[in-house]
Amino acid sequence: MKRYIVKRICISAATLLVILLILFLMLELMPGSPFNDEKLTQSQVALLNAKYGLDKPVFIRFLNYVKNMLSGDFGVSYTISKNTSITTLLSTRLPISIRIGGQAVLMGTVVGLILGLIAALNHNTILDTLTTVISVLGVSLPSYVFALGLSYTLGYQFKWFPLLYQQQEAVKSSVLPTISLAMFTVATVARFTRTEMLEVLGSDYMLLAESKGLPGWRLILIHGLRNALIPIVTVLAPLVVSLMTGSLVVEKIFSIPGIGSLLVTAIQSNDYNVIVTLAFIYSAMYIGIMLAVDILYGLIDPRIRLAKEDDYEQS
Amino acid sequence: MNKDKVLSIRDLSISFQTSAGEVNAIRGVNLDLYQGETLAIVGESGSGKSVTVKAIMGILSGNGKIKSGTIDFTSRKSGEEVKEALLSYSKKEMRRRINGRRIAMVFQDPMTSLNPTMPIGSQIMEGMRYHYKTNKKEAYEKAVKLLDLVGITEPEKRMKSYPHQLSGGMRQRVVIAIALSCDPEILICDEPTTALDVTIQAKILELIKEIQKKTGISVIYITHDLGVVAKVADYVAVMYAGKVVEKGLSEEIFYEPRHPYTWGLLSAMPDLNTDDEVLYTIPGSPFNLLNKTEGDAFAERNRFALNIDYRLEPPMFQITETHYAATWLLHENAPAVSMPEALKERIKRMGEEVDLRGGE
Repeated sequence: MKRYIVKRICISAATLLVILLILFLMLELMPGSPFNDEKLTQSQVALLNAKYGLDKPVFIRFLNYVKNMLSGDFGVSYTISKNTSITTLLSTRLPISIRIGGQAVLMGTVVGLILGLIAALNHNTILDTLTTVISVLGVSLPSYVFALGLSYTLGYQFKWFPLLYQQQEAVKSSVLPTISLAMFTVATVARFTRTEMLEVLGSDYMLLAESKGLPGWRLILIHGLRNALIPIVTVLAPLVVSLMTGSLVVEKIFSIPGIGSLLVTAIQSNDYNVIVTLAFIYSAMYIGIMLAVDILYGLIDPRIRLAKEDDYEQS
Repeated sequence: MNKDKVLSIRDLSISFQTSAGEVNAIRGVNLDLYQGETLAIVGESGSGKSVTVKAIMGILSGNGKIKSGTIDFTSRKSGEEVKEALLSYSKKEMRRRINGRRIAMVFQDPMTSLNPTMPIGSQIMEGMRYHYKTNKKEAYEKAVKLLDLVGITEPEKRMKSYPHQLSGGMRQRVVIAIALSCDPEILICDEPTTALDVTIQAKILELIKEIQKKTGISVIYITHDLGVVAKVADYVAVMYAGKVVEKGLSEEIFYEPRHPYTWGLLSAMPDLNTDDEVLYTIPGSPFNLLNKTEGDAFAERNRFALNIDYRLEPPMFQITETHYAATWLLHENAPAVSMPEALKERIKRMGEEVDLRGGE
């Protein structure tokens, strides 16, 4: 298992490098430059290009960038906030996004699992129907509908939470965005948990465990849920990723100063370094999540773990 | 009879609520299990064998309802007789007091009855740890001993194995080890060899027999394989459409069957002397328990059926002290009908074979 993880981390690093290269090539092919100001003369633009090293060929720039990145330097912003280093630019924004995203992931999986379990254990009762309704709503309504609905009811009517993000009330302000982001995950995880759990509950090994006379919680958690989790973890990865992309819209609605809105602005104004860094962060998160899910998979299912170990023993 | 009853089922009726209506799966079953002996429940699919034992374990599925009857369990483990009415216990009480601890079960398909995400050692230790609060070291040692007892080589190494690393026969041995882990007084085997190939079948049957000899445990077999019954059973109960239609000592059922359904079952069993002739089958298909029974449920398929069979359900007639059958043919006013000639021949042959083997 250890060797497998090391191998996966190496592959992930290589993948990130390739992504970075593709980003550089795509930005190169994109029309326009960061210095679009009509007041700038031709020679001034050339000077600026030289200053930031943009006159060099794309591969040299790529190598330089990777070299700097390894020492923690992601470059400076060209247009959005002139000459501020990206690290300082992100230092306030990234934590906000990560916090809301993380809360949404946590809420999505935990609430989803609980709802799914409740539905499965109360199969064909009113509770089951209720969770099914919630799941269908959560899956079919896009996150911005929830965002608008929540800010109208809980924000505007009841005034429980601020309508827009406020730096002073970071925790309270993050509640509504978290809920609207998490709804889709809650719904999907709940649906999956319900189906998988029902299947596991009807399995022979659950009957055997029951005939052993084990207490109810042990039956459900140790024998039931662990087996049901295997397929759930598989769908979790793409869900978490969709949380990241979904955050772009939700950040806009609640005007959250996160990285989602920053990325959109950066693309519009050709702020190369900001685009590259943010795209890099998104890719790194994506790959990291995939890696985590894969490892989790092995931890939960001994068949996968042992199969991987066997592969290495043979080779 | 002076044997000690361990389990006594009286007038048990169970129905299931389904979308198609109420299914009366069990209709007044009476059965007894004696200390240290083996009872085999025989019958075709849907005759209510499994439902009966699930009721004993209190693990009927959610839509099952016990309509009447009692199941009395008499324990002699502590030296004195303790009688318990199992049907008066809630599911939770059953789990805490009976399941696994006093009555354990071996299931049909070893490929699916072990938890795939748990090492087999933990699965064996689980019951002891919970029921008797055995400490980890003792439980481990006992589990290794059990694996050894059920014939698994290198038991210590196997403790950490996962079910998918074992063959079907080995898994069934593990399931038996799990069942024995809490020293139960009754072992219920629900078609324990159906999913295994013939050579492994024989080994598993022998294993259970051996364990029975060593521990004096009472065993209930559920099977539709008469070959298995002949090998293991002291008592046989033949079930049809949720009722016991004939019960008696193993020899009585095999050599002097009285119910037409038992005749049919025995005729339908292939043996070495079966020539190329077509094997006998019981005509028709099993009784649909969704329908209301009027008269004998078997009447439609019974070529010896009397007029009364279509109108009135036959009571249990006593033949010997141990042998009972529910057929009107045993009524004093019934015409004399004896079993088919072909079956008589076959039973004679069976008897001779046993004699031959016994003489060796």
